[in-house]
Amino acid sequence: MSEKKTSAWSPSSRELDRRALRRKLSRKQSLIAAVSSVLVLGTLTIILITSPGWEVVKATFFDIQYGKEVFPTVVKGLWINLQLTFFGGIAIGVIAMGLALLRTTKSPALTPFRFLATAYVDIFRGAPLILIILLVGFGVPALRLQGISSNVIVLGTIAVVLTYSAYVAEVIRSGILSIHPSQRAAARSLGLTSGQTMRFVVLPQALRRVVPPLLNDFVSLLKDTGLVSILGVTDAVRAAQINASRTFNYTPYVVAAILFLLITIPMTRYTDRAIRQRTQAQNSEGAI
Amino acid sequence: MANVLELQSVRKAFGSEVVLNNLSLQVPEHTATVLIGASGSGKSTLLRCINLLETIDDGQIFLDGLEITDPAIKVDDVRRRLGMVFQSFNLFPHKTVLENITLAPIKVQNKSVEEARDLAIKLLSRFDLADKADEYPDRLSGGQQQRVAIIRSLAVNPRLLLLDEITSALDPVLVNEVLSIVRDLKHDGMTMVLATHEMGFATQVADEVCFLESGNILERGSAEQVLKNPSNPKTQEFLKRVHQAGRL
Repeated sequence: MSEKKTSAWSPSSRELDRRALRRKLSRKQSLIAAVSSVLVLGTLTIILITSPGWEVVKATFFDIQYGKEVFPTVVKGLWINLQLTFFGGIAIGVIAMGLALLRTTKSPALTPFRFLATAYVDIFRGAPLILIILLVGFGVPALRLQGISSNVIVLGTIAVVLTYSAYVAEVIRSGILSIHPSQRAAARSLGLTSGQTMRFVVLPQALRRVVPPLLNDFVSLLKDTGLVSILGVTDAVRAAQINASRTFNYTPYVVAAILFLLITIPMTRYTDRAIRQRTQAQNSEGAI
Repeated sequence: MANVLELQSVRKAFGSEVVLNNLSLQVPEHTATVLIGASGSGKSTLLRCINLLETIDDGQIFLDGLEITDPAIKVDDVRRRLGMVFQSFNLFPHKTVLENITLAPIKVQNKSVEEARDLAIKLLSRFDLADKADEYPDRLSGGQQQRVAIIRSLAVNPRLLLLDEITSALDPVLVNEVLSIVRDLKHDGMTMVLATHEMGFATQVADEVCFLESGNILERGSAEQVLKNPSNPKTQEFLKRVHQAGRL
């Protein structure tokens, strides 16, 4: 596969003809694609901007001047979403890993913890995130407990972490279960303990497999941090809402949406690529 | 010669299906015991029971006189003294050849990385695989993968090597490169139990050949005796079928 022959070869005239024809055909196809794109997209644009309500729509949702004005406050809010995603993401990773390991362990001493981990995942995977945010954000401060933060950003983050740990734990667990038992048998046959087998053989392979779904969850996490706005956290969503309700112009929402898309679209593209590479790698994995 | 391995009246059933039935076997030091028999006759299950990957339902298994079927025994300690090679190689795909081989010496035997590495390179060189040390398993041919798997099990210096149809997943050209390693090991005096369909190979390495049929050893003896002059009609029938398939 790696050896290359360096014998002198120049394409035959037949091959040269074929290449010329291929180039010609490909030029023709590009032209067709360009013409059809201009026609379809142009028509749609004309229909849109000549429709009777367009001016109102433009003024209500796409007021560029107003958009520029609210941009700094929305971006400042988005910074909170990003921080929440980053720190929440780390906490989620740690907790989810613990939950996944507990759920896949067979150690008898950990039986009660296995049961608790299962209950945790069932509850937080099944309950709507917004309910958990309301419960933690408004319910916990109502307890007036000593030493518990009443900072809505912290409480909001905790609520999101609680829910997403359950999602991510299930993804990691599915990765662990997807590793063929023969890998475990081989590791145990070498004398590795079950803990060593998990750490050196099963987990490294499992995590590689679940990178694409984890990236998916990460994109969802970023979007769902917008939900903490209901607690009064001035994130991007909340900042847009404050401005929109003041002026009855909804451009701030569009600004917030565009800002989220600027981050999530590249991330989802990257995820798609990771999934494709993962599939290709799996196809060449052969006998394992 | 002391027995490295001894099985006494071993029974193993999966549900109502009895896979090993009152089976006894002695494997003296430096000998190779070859298990032959049709698929489903219990060869693989027997090896997995010796390795404690399966729990037996009755009887006893002794390794160097120590009962390893005692429930109080430390399973990991027993497995450290056994090497096992599987039909499907089971190399770790996320580790290089070298990492596959050094994992157990480093983590199980607490050898230093350098020491484990030197041993691995020595073994790889001996079997002409030194240039593959940094490759990942999926870049190797099946024969190379299986040779690495054998080396991996040798690296922990096992007392007994269990080989489970190690050439069944290989094409005929690659079979020989794997079997030649086993011949070398036999020559070095490694104690082995192998399940195989390669009758010619069995003749070359076996000190004892056991013919398994529905969980029992129907006939045992030297390769000459069992493979050339079988006395049991079922052994004769099995060898006739193998012969027809062109494997003898």
